Amino acid sequence: MLNEQTVSRENEPGQPSMGPTLKPVQPSTQGKPVNTNEDAGHELSIRVRDLNLWYGANQALKNVNIDVYQHNVTALIGPSGCGKSTFLRCLNRMNDLIRSVKIEGLVEMDGRDVNDPRMDEIALRRRVGMVFQKPNPFPKSIYENIAYAPRMHDLVSRKAEQDELVEQALRDAGLWNEVKDKLAEPGTSLSGGQQQRLCIARAIAVKPDVILMDEPTSALDPISTATIEDLMDKLKQQFTIVTVTHNMQQAARVADYTAFFHLGELIEYNDTRMMFSNPHTKKAEDYITGRYG
Amino acid sequence: MSQSFDEITAQLKRRHRKTARLKWLSMGALALAATFLVVFISDMLVKGLPAFQQAQIQVEVTYSEQSQQMPPAAVNEDVRRLVSRGFLRTLPMRMRDNPDLMGTTRMEWVLADSAVDQYLKGHHTRLKDDQKSIVDDLLAKGQVELKFNTRFFTAGDSKMPELAGIASAAMGTVMTLIVTMLVCFPIGVMTAVYLEEFATDNWLTQVIEININNLAAVPSILFGLLGLAIYINFFGVPRSTPLVGGLTLALMTLPVIIIATRTALRSVPDTIRQAAFGVGCSRWQVVRDHVLPLSFPGILTGSIIGLAQAMGETAPLIIIGMVAFIPDVSASFSDAATVMPAQIFTWAGEPDRAFTEKTAGGILVLLVVLISLNATAVWMRKKFERRW
Repeated sequence: MLNEQTVSRENEPGQPSMGPTLKPVQPSTQGKPVNTNEDAGHELSIRVRDLNLWYGANQALKNVNIDVYQHNVTALIGPSGCGKSTFLRCLNRMNDLIRSVKIEGLVEMDGRDVNDPRMDEIALRRRVGMVFQKPNPFPKSIYENIAYAPRMHDLVSRKAEQDELVEQALRDAGLWNEVKDKLAEPGTSLSGGQQQRLCIARAIAVKPDVILMDEPTSALDPISTATIEDLMDKLKQQFTIVTVTHNMQQAARVADYTAFFHLGELIEYNDTRMMFSNPHTKKAEDYITGRYG
Repeated sequence: MSQSFDEITAQLKRRHRKTARLKWLSMGALALAATFLVVFISDMLVKGLPAFQQAQIQVEVTYSEQSQQMPPAAVNEDVRRLVSRGFLRTLPMRMRDNPDLMGTTRMEWVLADSAVDQYLKGHHTRLKDDQKSIVDDLLAKGQVELKFNTRFFTAGDSKMPELAGIASAAMGTVMTLIVTMLVCFPIGVMTAVYLEEFATDNWLTQVIEININNLAAVPSILFGLLGLAIYINFFGVPRSTPLVGGLTLALMTLPVIIIATRTALRSVPDTIRQAAFGVGCSRWQVVRDHVLPLSFPGILTGSIIGLAQAMGETAPLIIIGMVAFIPDVSASFSDAATVMPAQIFTWAGEPDRAFTEKTAGGILVLLVVLISLNATAVWMRKKFERRW
């Protein structure tokens, strides 16, 4: 059902259909994906069509088509070097920082092509925040780590407003109780897991629509990882989350949708439960069952 | 059957011997270098420390009409040649400034001639035998003695060694370095920021980079020629002044600061830049709010070391005329000045033996200033260093 709904949305007047849509699952219709999250909205957040990306002469992404839905967690999985992080960084144009990169295709958000030269990447990153693999708080105080970006974007004008926003962001990131008495201490003095939650708080402080997470737990211990996973589950009420993970179990635990990348291609994009119980493609099945990866 | 431990140990002996030999060789090299350093410093101390002491002599000074006309008459004939001519020359002025002195005679400690000074310090001296015996006599009576040489730190250059001091050169150095710093710190840091954070990697930036690295290795005297040709001959900046000296040294220090700043910028982890870009910083905000504060200690250290290098520079300044004879301490950027190394160079060329210790004394002062500058650099790096 889900499939058709989305397809029909795609075919609304003025929105030309662009080839295979919701799930570019190769053997498409057998075994309709069952959404685990029936109540969640299925508004489109980011639409990607025919995305190709080259690092110099080396093609890192090949014809990727994907739809990212609001208020869901979408996990990108695949073996190392498959392009999942590269793809993630296309969504907020972090690849712009790499000089030899060439991008073709459409990444559309809110009706706008994010790669359009008229799109300011700062405006994009205001709406698409990012959390990195290694916790990278600014070498400033905990408070300043959160307050810096909202102040820069003129989201707060008074000190009280700023204090409130810092508290809210830290609460949303589940860090408030641990740090409320030491807001002036450097962010780098926290433990790894706390630092990563601080980075999440920093990202949500500017109230983005989408949060990109690039293997957010790969540098963390299992307990911190569990905390972050719970947090992702909570945060999807407010934000759309796209996460890259090396850990398939994590994808199975936290994601509503899972995309499997291999050698720069999106092999399968499916409802997570389907992906792990009944993958449509041989490659995905082999990867998930641990035959390679 | 594999080899036993004993067999393997026997084979290893030669390898261990080689390690030991290498260890002793490298320790020997270190010891040699340390010896050179110790010899150099102790030689400077032995030669230079006496410069901080100066012979003074207690004589009867008669303030009269006659000594107003002919200052040497103020002092008894026996000791006249033992007193510094520089002191005698100032007598009329002192009497003019202080009319009460007229008609009095008083015992005063006055500056002794450099010949007396050298005699007391056991060096070769111009003193004749009878003068020597007078000095010995006075010495026994406690009327000649070596006192701390304040003049050395407060006076400018002089042709009379007992009057010569390093103050004008020190002032010249300070003013020259102020000009150098004002010019090359902002330009150098901005250039490095551009090259490191903004410029794309193309042939033009590569050419610039190679040239900057080469510039740092250009013999400094060429910068003097450049300064002479451009600043003095083309722009008409007055020669011998701290202004032109500072501008010339800035040319020389610029590549050092650029290279140090680039290294400091590069040492800021990319994760910080990504974090900043990730929250929507513009490039300028990334640099101003994150990269520069983190690299500041490194930039500061590099700049201070570049400055210290500029401070010890002599050759380019000789070309633009900063070896002038500067008897007065001046405080203007457009008056002729000299700098400490140039002053040392001048003194080293003086025929009077008494200048030898001035030379070494000047080197000691320069070394102390350089070491304190470098220590400041280390201290600042420690103080501002932030961990992440």
